[in-house]
Amino acid sequence: MEHSTMELQILDILCEDARMTPEKIAAMIGETPEKVAECIEKLENDDIIIKYRTLVDWEKVDDNKVEAWIEVRVSPQKNEGFDMIAKRITAYPEVRSVYLMSGGYDLMVRIEGTNLKNVAMFVAKHLSTIDGVISTATHFLLKSYKRDGVIIGEHKKDTREVVAW
Amino acid sequence: MVNYDRILNQRIVDIKPSGIRKYFDILSEMKDAISLSIGEPDFDTPWHISDAAITRIENGATHYTGNRGTPALRRQISMYLSERYGVEYDPATQITVTIGASEGIDLALRAILSPGDEVIIPDPAYVSYLPVVTMCGGKAVPLRTFEKDEFRMRPDALRALITDKTKAVIFPYPNNPTGAIMEKEDLEGIAEVLRGTQIMVISDEIYSELTYGGKDHVSIASIDGMYERTILLNGFSKSFAMTGWRVGYLCGPKPLVDQMVKIHQFTILCAPVMGQAAATAALISARDDDYEDVHRMKRTYDIRRRLLVSELRRMGLPCFEPRGAFYVFPNISGTGMTSEKFCDAFLMEEHVACIPGTAFGESGEGFIRISYAAATKNIEKALEKMQAFLKRHGG
Repeated sequence: MEHSTMELQILDILCEDARMTPEKIAAMIGETPEKVAECIEKLENDDIIIKYRTLVDWEKVDDNKVEAWIEVRVSPQKNEGFDMIAKRITAYPEVRSVYLMSGGYDLMVRIEGTNLKNVAMFVAKHLSTIDGVISTATHFLLKSYKRDGVIIGEHKKDTREVVAW
Repeated sequence: MVNYDRILNQRIVDIKPSGIRKYFDILSEMKDAISLSIGEPDFDTPWHISDAAITRIENGATHYTGNRGTPALRRQISMYLSERYGVEYDPATQITVTIGASEGIDLALRAILSPGDEVIIPDPAYVSYLPVVTMCGGKAVPLRTFEKDEFRMRPDALRALITDKTKAVIFPYPNNPTGAIMEKEDLEGIAEVLRGTQIMVISDEIYSELTYGGKDHVSIASIDGMYERTILLNGFSKSFAMTGWRVGYLCGPKPLVDQMVKIHQFTILCAPVMGQAAATAALISARDDDYEDVHRMKRTYDIRRRLLVSELRRMGLPCFEPRGAFYVFPNISGTGMTSEKFCDAFLMEEHVACIPGTAFGESGEGFIRISYAAATKNIEKALEKMQAFLKRHGG
């Protein structure tokens, strides 16, 4: 599908800051707020903008979130390839993302749980028992350095001199 | 006791210290201040550029370079100027790598000025031209530029200031602090005045990559009859976010460059080798990826520029649309405050720092310089504060 420059500009700006108002976006790209609002609505209706969410540094929040990335090898099913198995995996609420990958394994599944044990149990009980799943390899996430293009942790300080010509 | 008054060169003593120093002191104390007063990119140098300098260090290639700079960098500069601006300079004889374009200003003026020579300088303009002219014993002649002309230099205004003592015209476009540019037609007009004279143009094109609204930079050296009377200055600070590396260059007719190199050789020897390695990498990779680093930064600047102009106008501050550099130059005279009073009050009351237009010359009275080399969210915050400030001051 061809997208207009305006759509692409708006997507760029919203990906950077989802709370940017149509008024400000309009000023930034030299359009009217009405046109921008209309364009955003269309992007939402077309499911191009799927959802607006918040990027959280969970390490600063005192909860016991555990995140694991699981490589899943699958034997593709007749006529359906990987889709059916992938769909079954997506149905679990613990599963945050499912991707089909090239390379040494087939599906990459990201899981969130409250402790190591329940993540491990989920894999053992639910994931590896699905028909067609050949093997799994679970990697627990220890620390995030960068997420979705944003460096996590200490805010980068502006080290420039305060006044310069 | 040494009487330092007798020791010091009166010409240096007489140069007025910058009035901006006080903002520096206040800002250093004010921890929550938003600084829209910075004349350098808020982006870091693209990593692959820095990496080239690291490799150079790892290889132990950390010696002096030739006075004019490494042949590799001069060759790249020559190709860059030819491809981007259609001006041809011989890397061996017409290009010298300097410590930022700033050194180029000094070299150019020192090489041509004798005491009493006049140099025409647009007003407002970057702060260093006038003191350097003075240090060389020259006389700075301000050429007032106006908001109604979008702060472009007008040929008739230039013609009116030329005397038999005029040696050079400083030509700083895209302009700091106004954001003004000179388009091809504007340059033709200036060329018309200067062709056939013995006046040199010192063209400071440090912001050449930062123009907006589809208006690509045109170098005055590319205009008919101007090549032989132009000293072109440029550098990597603004276009590649490389301010601290201190790498610039000057280009011009060989007889002039030979003399400028003499000064450079005896005072500087050569620009730092790490910076030269980084600059070489910057130009090579820029050509390879079609200037994507530059475009990426420019897209962000452009978004902020449009936001600022549109919001300032909405608040009732007249603001011509700047097409270059990373500054907007709104007219604040409607508030009844002077530029300096406005900036002082805005800083003390709202903790946002801008620079009074008068820091750049008398014609800057009634204007303030706002730099958009600042995080977009800080610009948004500053705009909210500006709104509150103007409301309170009945603007």
